[in-house]
Amino acid sequence: MSERDQILARVREALRAPAPFPGHHASDGHAPAAANSVHPPRGGARQWLPQVGPSFDEQIELFAANALELKAEFLLLDSPAELAPRLTRLREAHGWKRVASHDGPLTDLAVTALGLPTLLTDRPYDVNELERCDVGITECDALVAQTGSVLVTNRSAGGRALSVLPPHHVVLAKRDQLLPDLPGAFELLQTRYAAAYPSFISLITGPSRTGDIERILVLGAHGPKKLTILCL
Amino acid sequence: MSTLVQRFKAQAEIVTRDLRHRRLIQTALGNYEIQRDKRKAAFIDWQSARQLAAETKWDALNHLDAHLEQFVRRLEARGTKVHWASTGEQACEIILGLAREKKARSIIKSKSMTSEEIHLNDALEHAGFEVVESDLGEYIVQLRKEPPYHIVFPAMHLTRDEISDLFTRELGSAPTSNPEELTMIARRALRQKYLTADIGITGANFAIAETGMISITENEGNARLTAALPKVVISLLGIEKVLPRLADLALFLPMLAVSGTGQPLTCYNSFYGGPRQPGESDGPEEYHVILLDNHRTRLLADGEQRDALHCIRCGACLNVCPIYRNVGGHTYAATYSGPIGSVITPHLRGLQDWKHLSQSSSLCGACTETCPVKIDLHHHLLQNRRNAARQKPGFLEQTGFRAFAFVMNHPALFRAVAVVGRWLQPLHALVKGGRLDPLRPWTKTREAPVLAPQSFREYWRSRP
Repeated sequence: MSERDQILARVREALRAPAPFPGHHASDGHAPAAANSVHPPRGGARQWLPQVGPSFDEQIELFAANALELKAEFLLLDSPAELAPRLTRLREAHGWKRVASHDGPLTDLAVTALGLPTLLTDRPYDVNELERCDVGITECDALVAQTGSVLVTNRSAGGRALSVLPPHHVVLAKRDQLLPDLPGAFELLQTRYAAAYPSFISLITGPSRTGDIERILVLGAHGPKKLTILCL
Repeated sequence: MSTLVQRFKAQAEIVTRDLRHRRLIQTALGNYEIQRDKRKAAFIDWQSARQLAAETKWDALNHLDAHLEQFVRRLEARGTKVHWASTGEQACEIILGLAREKKARSIIKSKSMTSEEIHLNDALEHAGFEVVESDLGEYIVQLRKEPPYHIVFPAMHLTRDEISDLFTRELGSAPTSNPEELTMIARRALRQKYLTADIGITGANFAIAETGMISITENEGNARLTAALPKVVISLLGIEKVLPRLADLALFLPMLAVSGTGQPLTCYNSFYGGPRQPGESDGPEEYHVILLDNHRTRLLADGEQRDALHCIRCGACLNVCPIYRNVGGHTYAATYSGPIGSVITPHLRGLQDWKHLSQSSSLCGACTETCPVKIDLHHHLLQNRRNAARQKPGFLEQTGFRAFAFVMNHPALFRAVAVVGRWLQPLHALVKGGRLDPLRPWTKTREAPVLAPQSFREYWRSRP
């Protein structure tokens, strides 16, 4: 018998003993079925997670508040024309010399506006070259108001490394990409990708951080020290 | 008494007296509690969320065979190679085999308690491979050649100055007491390792059956780099990590973050479904997933304690445990410390050798109350004690309780003992806690209440 079959056989054998349903003790004498749960019936997580207002204004305000707390920079632009001047200002402020990005309607605009040497990660690239870039500019799948997160996949954001290796990650998003909450983010993944999921999906919530030294917050542990989200 | 018990007691005595340790832990966990409570309060109903999480895990575990098969089918469909290991040695052998096959020189690792459980680093280093931990806390304890102190905060027991000394000694960096500078020293030291490592090894927080994905929760970005840059990536996980649906993560990711670190969500929550797919520009050429049993099925077979496999390794029970906070993480000498470690270690490594962990509890129930997936932790500690006594009754304990039962069942004898006890108690004070005291193990650190001069029966009979 293969190792797989042996383990599965042990699992099946083990499961012959019933286990009490959460909220009950084995000493209650029986293992109640799911229907006997005294607690709320099964439903989605949405009904218990932190509340999110229904309107766009409430949600964008919540996203901005979360970004602030996470020490991410969030800029809501009045018009797409504002993108180029915003980016050039960021370029000057941070002294960007080399940019990494990927093909996309928004990233193409950004790369043109910046006019710097650019590494594109849509096709196989040299990772050492990516490491030398000052900023990674990506698009995303969605923004999540509830947590201030950016949902990316390797298809929407130029691979696995672009959004984590350079010291500054700039996300370009559109207003209609804002989702209210985490269950919404997973619904989006399901509708968009269920036929063939990308091999990498990530919820990015603020710049990289650690508290491993005396539980004191330090940004930029291994990933980006800065996260800028530009919403058009 | 076994050496494990002696070691536990000796170590506990040292650490509980260590004021520096006490200060460090109290500050760190005090801040954690404030943050955690704030995040819990933001939930519409945290208690209902716990129940939903517990029910979801119950479903996952009680149909584990079907979920595992689906998980593996989906993963394999995208070209992932799945390996099964009944024991820790087998899992190490699989990884060593891969390292040899790929002629790996250096291996980068992100945090994985399961790899601690099977002593993977020892096995790899023994076979001549360089292996580097990339999580900052893990990197620090690796440089110190000691196991992680806590399942979420591996270096919580160290001050910044100790870490500075360590870096100066091991990495040749200039001394600094600035946590940010210390973090940047580690960042620079590890950057090259990511870029040159031949193999990346990760753990997993959840295994999604529905879509065949592994979910990894982290703050630093080290796991993302570990799973992005090397040509070969290996994820090692216990078979109990399964969640039925992708959407379940909408509940589990925030609950793990709130319970684990007091964050609403950790910085990176990433889901991996395979190696680089056609049309993708980066990621590993090969992705291996190793499913480990290592006595988890033994715990699964215990219906009464099966919910201990619900554990999402958030560490919340460690953080609230008065024992953990006083004796410290290393005293347990087990991979998994704190209440959850005391519950599962006897199942994973032998009841008689590790039953003392179930004794070292005040049974206050703080662990059960805080557990986000509602593991009945403090009752399981009692059950471990019962099972240990059933399997191998202690002579003194058995005789003592038999005598107690006999006395309690004979009213005349009970009355006599009560009277004799009143006479004997002042005499006992002469030897209390000393070498001549037959009750020394108990009375050494405890005060028995003084027996009342008049028993209730005597009072009842003599009332006017």
